[in-house]
Amino acid sequence: MEFSLLSDIVEYCKREKKDMAQAMVDYEMRNKHLTREQVYDGLMRVLLVMEDSVDQGLTQQVISPSGMLNNWAKQVYNAPIETLGASLKKATARAIAVGEVNACMGKIAAAPTAGSAGIMPAVLVTMMEEHKIPRERILDALLVSSAIGLIFAKNSSFAGSEAGCMGETGSAAAMAAASITYLLGGNEEQILEAVGFALKASMGLVCDPVGGLVEEPCTTRNAVGVANAFVSSQMALAGIQSLIPADEVIFATKEVGDLMSPKLKESAQGGLANTKTGREIQKKIFKTVE
Amino acid sequence: MTEQPSLFDILGPIMIGPSSSHTAGASRIGYVARQLLHDEPKKAIITLYNSFAKTHKGHGTDKAIIGGILGFGPDDERIRQSPELAKKAGLEWEFKFVGDFVRFHSNTARIKLFAKNGGTVEVVGASLGGGRIKIQEIEGFPVDFNAQTHTVVIIADDVPGSIQHISGAIAQRQVNIANMFVSRMENIANMVIELDQALDDDTLKEIKNFSWVKFVRLVEPMLEGSSRYEK
Ligand code: SF4
Repeated sequence: MEFSLLSDIVEYCKREKKDMAQAMVDYEMRNKHLTREQVYDGLMRVLLVMEDSVDQGLTQQVISPSGMLNNWAKQVYNAPIETLGASLKKATARAIAVGEVNACMGKIAAAPTAGSAGIMPAVLVTMMEEHKIPRERILDALLVSSAIGLIFAKNSSFAGSEAGCMGETGSAAAMAAASITYLLGGNEEQILEAVGFALKASMGLVCDPVGGLVEEPCTTRNAVGVANAFVSSQMALAGIQSLIPADEVIFATKEVGDLMSPKLKESAQGGLANTKTGREIQKKIFKTVE
Repeated sequence: MTEQPSLFDILGPIMIGPSSSHTAGASRIGYVARQLLHDEPKKAIITLYNSFAKTHKGHGTDKAIIGGILGFGPDDERIRQSPELAKKAGLEWEFKFVGDFVRFHSNTARIKLFAKNGGTVEVVGASLGGGRIKIQEIEGFPVDFNAQTHTVVIIADDVPGSIQHISGAIAQRQVNIANMFVSRMENIANMVIELDQALDDDTLKEIKNFSWVKFVRLVEPMLEGSSRYEK
């Protein structure tokens, strides 16, 4: 069973009268010879790791070996000022939490990569809390996100070294936007619109990690990716259309990634990594850690 | 139809951070080396190449590889303390670094292990991203496998009929051969046989007992969840 485009998945849903989550269950069962239970068990393992990584970042001491990250998640979670209410503040803190746990050699679920692992957990945990959504439904939202990731990986790339950060935090934001839209009752078309919005906002985002470490700007980019997901989904659920269809937006990310200089793709030679301060930090880290 | 990716390639791997290539993949290379040694290691000499050499500290590549050599999976939280645990287990190690070596993939490690009982093994592996690896060299022989399924690695004199003897021994156990790769270098054949299921020790012994076989090992898949997540 093969899907090459997001529109193939939508077509399958229409033909089989199934939603996108069930389409992905079919896909996995058939291609990997698994039972429905095995698929859901696997999803539950992923979700448990996601929830745990959020918890750890919010409750434990997390200072990365380089010293670049230092218990920021808790600082945000407990911040007295809220720009848009407690939910956005908490969602922001959750994304940072996972980034910090990852940098400190904690356990995370890549979604779709380790560098972008904060966005999906932050969005899902926030959806559970804000909308009182039971875990079982969240597993279906994970399935929907995997549909987006599947097509993105085929027609673009998750690798920062190929597609820059739009391949990592960009694709994660798109996957998360799809999940939110699905959980709030959006149809297949709206899910794809949300994906389009989220990717358009990430178009051309470079990968420029200071010192080559998955910390700065990765962690705060995850947090902003969460906001991207909620805003993109909000627009889609309101019924606005993303003039350029999501499949074409994905092809555009591939084109843009190919056009990007290798210096802006994970090599830590351009962008933030190459700023005066970025270079100084790099020198300092490698001296102290060595 | 080519094999389709699993949705757990997208939602996963479940792993110890920070990097699927520099941490998760690195631990898997260490784990394969341990299996190829097939004994308790007492010493490891590890050479890191290219990007592995340059950024290992910040990514915990060193801890990940030592963890793998101790038998920890890529999602095992003990990786963080692997140097201390290695000391307790009586494992000594030494790292060497080669910054630029174009012949190798950017994330490559060479691991030489010495067993408590005298055996040694040397293996070169590359980490390809997403936790996937490629074993490229064993005991100086070029190989190419990803350790995602049960894999038998054999080094033998290149005698006529050797492949039939070996596949015969495996077929007797009702185990299916999924793939088989043979490479030859100066009268020595190297076979990498991927199987649908594990092979028992007796069959491995039987293969080992062919007079022309020099080396035979089973590498078990080290997939995510092999140190199962429980809550
Ligand atoms: S900046 Fe690069 S390393 Fe960091 S999250 Fe983005 S793609 Fe990953």
